[in-house]
Amino acid sequence: MDIVAELLNGSKLAISRAITTVENEYDEATEIMQKIYPNTGKAYVIGITGPPGAGKSTLTDKITKEYRSRGKSVGIIAVDPSSPFSGGAILGDRIRMNELTMDDGVFIRSMATRGSLGGMSRKTAEVVKILDAAGKDIVIIETVGVGQSEVDIVKTADTTLVVLVPGLGDDIQAIKAGILEIGDVFAINKADREGVERLNLEMEMMLDLDQSETAWRPKIMRTVASQNQGVVELVDAIEDHSTFLTQSGMLEKHRFERTRNEILAMLDEAIKIYLMKKVAGSKFESLTTEVNERKNDPYSAVKSVLSEVLK
Amino acid sequence: MEKRIRVLVAKPGLDGHDRGAKVVARALRDAGFEVIYTGIRLTPEQISEAALQEDVNVVALSLLSGAHNTLFPRIVEMMKAKGLDVLTIGGGVIPDADIPGLKAAGIAEVFTPGTPTEKIIEYIKANVK
Amino acid sequence: MANESLKAKKEAFDAKVEKALAKNPERVNLPKLRLATPLDIEGFDYEKDLGMPGEYPFTRGVQPTMYRGRFWTMRMYAGFSTAEESNKRYRYLLESGGTGLSCAFDLPTQIGLDSDDPKAEGEIGKVGVAIDSLADMEILFDQIDLGKVSTSMTINAPASVLLAMYIAVAEKKGISADKLNGTIQNDILKEYAARGTYIFPPKPSMRLITNIFEYCSKNVPQWNTISISGYHIREAGSTAAQEIAFTIADGIAYCEAAIKAGLNVDDFAGRLSFFWNAHNNVLEEVAKFRASRRVWAKVMKERFGATNPKSWMLRVHTQTAGSMLTAQQPDNNVVRVALQTAAAVMGGTQSLHTNSKDEALALPTEDSVRVALRTQQIVAEESGLADTVDPLGGSYYVEALTNQIEAECWDYIKKIDDLGGAVVAIEKGYIQREIQDSAYKWQMEVEKKERIIVGVNKYQIKEKPPEGLLRVDASVGEFQKGKLAKMKAARDNAAVAAKLAALEEACKDESVNLMPVILEAVKAYATLGEVCGVMRKVFGEYQPTVSL
Repeated sequence: MDIVAELLNGSKLAISRAITTVENEYDEATEIMQKIYPNTGKAYVIGITGPPGAGKSTLTDKITKEYRSRGKSVGIIAVDPSSPFSGGAILGDRIRMNELTMDDGVFIRSMATRGSLGGMSRKTAEVVKILDAAGKDIVIIETVGVGQSEVDIVKTADTTLVVLVPGLGDDIQAIKAGILEIGDVFAINKADREGVERLNLEMEMMLDLDQSETAWRPKIMRTVASQNQGVVELVDAIEDHSTFLTQSGMLEKHRFERTRNEILAMLDEAIKIYLMKKVAGSKFESLTTEVNERKNDPYSAVKSVLSEVLK
Repeated sequence: MEKRIRVLVAKPGLDGHDRGAKVVARALRDAGFEVIYTGIRLTPEQISEAALQEDVNVVALSLLSGAHNTLFPRIVEMMKAKGLDVLTIGGGVIPDADIPGLKAAGIAEVFTPGTPTEKIIEYIKANVK
Repeated sequence: MANESLKAKKEAFDAKVEKALAKNPERVNLPKLRLATPLDIEGFDYEKDLGMPGEYPFTRGVQPTMYRGRFWTMRMYAGFSTAEESNKRYRYLLESGGTGLSCAFDLPTQIGLDSDDPKAEGEIGKVGVAIDSLADMEILFDQIDLGKVSTSMTINAPASVLLAMYIAVAEKKGISADKLNGTIQNDILKEYAARGTYIFPPKPSMRLITNIFEYCSKNVPQWNTISISGYHIREAGSTAAQEIAFTIADGIAYCEAAIKAGLNVDDFAGRLSFFWNAHNNVLEEVAKFRASRRVWAKVMKERFGATNPKSWMLRVHTQTAGSMLTAQQPDNNVVRVALQTAAAVMGGTQSLHTNSKDEALALPTEDSVRVALRTQQIVAEESGLADTVDPLGGSYYVEALTNQIEAECWDYIKKIDDLGGAVVAIEKGYIQREIQDSAYKWQMEVEKKERIIVGVNKYQIKEKPPEGLLRVDASVGEFQKGKLAKMKAARDNAAVAAKLAALEEACKDESVNLMPVILEAVKAYATLGEVCGVMRKVFGEYQPTVSL
């Protein structure tokens, strides 16, 4: 099967296989990514994050259905953490999205973080490109926002939606975890519960404190995802943000920065690999030992490695 | 290279007895597999489609209602029609007499009540494509 | 203190034992209590903790003489294939000395789908009898005197519809609703938490349940309107204490819903019944039964202020643990069931279903059902366990265990109260997670052989595949679909449409009791799927909380 041609045609089998090659870092991955790259950059990318139990999957399900009713095709990447003990994972986001499974305009892929979260954000970005190249209008990345690393995954998005729930003390936790600062749109889900007003107020106050000079003030929306309440308005808010980004030229600016960061990150890694190859493993080991035993210092060690490579 | 065995644990049919499916899902995770768990009451269409989108190496079906002879083969057929070649195993209250028929229909192995999860894990490791 | 000397003796004994253990260690995974003495039930107050049977707090049982007058109801859960086939099995059971019926419905029926629904494919008549309309119900109870027999129906999400059909059948036979005796399971919360045959979200489901409470208190006064079930929670893997704790928490939620709907606690509480699992560990099970009665009595009297002693009583149906039956050496299951029966009887159950030895493999055959029923009869007539009330009362070990399970139960109830009650605890996945953790722990203990299941992880043999299993004829689905099509062609479809339209309107108005409206619809031969379809349309469907 010509995986690239099929993928560009929207074949689900090809999309699925391509994602696997990226996820497992197979050799073909680079070639596939190279070939599909010209076809990327069309999809609008939405990141959805928030604390566990906020109802992100249900909300993703409902947002997707709303986009479908607006005639958009959707790709979903649901990221869950791998177990630090076994490396395995239970990926349960599809449970909330079983109805979407039979919609031909939707493709859902569950991914585990597999240890390196830094690596994960790169892989997620690549999977976004695969879904983008396959013709999805919207790509949603859903991930549990409990730390900075998960936040990085969502940062590849054009619009970041942060989902919170009232009454669980999550509000305070969220502020601590710093996910409030990354939200372009906030959804207070399960808004039929007590404590909505308080949480809303707290968030408005947080936003008032924000010193950054942007013309966009994040919107705070209320939803009851399980009853499909507030979803249309929420999608409208996401669209408003998208319009703002486009009209202000910020979308281009963000995407340019992201491309630049991508190239830098890849260069970084390529150089590291090159260096490690050049300065063969054994030499690096002995160098480390010298430094560790204070027979050498790390600054001189780096200098000596570089001088060897950059002749 | 970071390769992991991906398993779809699915419950076709209408029964809600998910104790076995959940225990197996956990045991597989603890054995280092990535488990896609899809909940109860799934149609063969949904299961085969999820297997496609998730590009799983294994589909593990659990059914306790007695509808296995109807539903298991249908899932295998649908996956084949989508171009998938996935190791498919089944479990639940399944009489021995039904097992040859299920195997002929493409269910690689059937695990009946009392099977240690360790045995399922070993089977998958030995037979995964 | 009189116990000082005993305390000293016990300490000396423990020290001695510790030394001996260094040489011969005990088995793993045993309960902490090695030897129960009066020290383990310090503060024990007979009148307060046990009292007389038939009196608060009912620790020793809900009737004054328990089985010395009448045995428990031997109620065998049965039903498979079509109404025609199941009717034959019911009449066989009644002729064999069974004293009550217990109807098992197939899964499409349990989740409100007709046999011609595509999702029903492969499931029709498999785990119980398929009921599509009043026509099937008429066949199911053909030649059975509904004025005499008591009928238990394992039906939850569509309980209102099946109860309505039962009332309608009786009416046709000339038996008025106030003469009817029986139980509907009607326990939706455990469906969300453990069993999985839910349809609607919690709010409309709770409305249906309180509608039934109210309707029956006026029209079907002898009917047990709910069987709040721990059985399935235990089958899903919970511990004994979790089984009763989560179930009593569910019971509290039902009472709160009914009181909120304007009902008086004493008007419905006497018709609440419970459903326990009789598991393998005999003494723990007996303690569980006793503890559950004491907890419920306190809940009803102290929390809800019920004043009628009937409201305080936890009356219970029991089934032996299906999940403890082994597919390996199935004859051994007869022994397991006998011990589980002993536990249920010493625990003081009001009725009992005993599983058949072949149920880990398939639905039971008539022969194996007979052995299961005979097991109850042997325990009743020969064993002596039924000859005195609460025979284990006063055993240091069983009293200590009863206290311990009760304490654990209160801890859980407090935790669930703090979360906002059973409904919220289920929505948050708390109860499901607790059950799953216990299930996983059990499985790992079995795999590490810290827990022995004879024939499964010890004493295995090479076996021939079992023979003579019951198979449900694959043509059942077609037969049932044909019958349904014929019925639909023969009924007054305009009348059905009108009744369904009325039901839709009623569903939208929360102040309306839906029971009479549903009764009208089923009398016009609206199908189960049609009635539930209308409710699905108005109420929506439940989205499960799954946390692993």
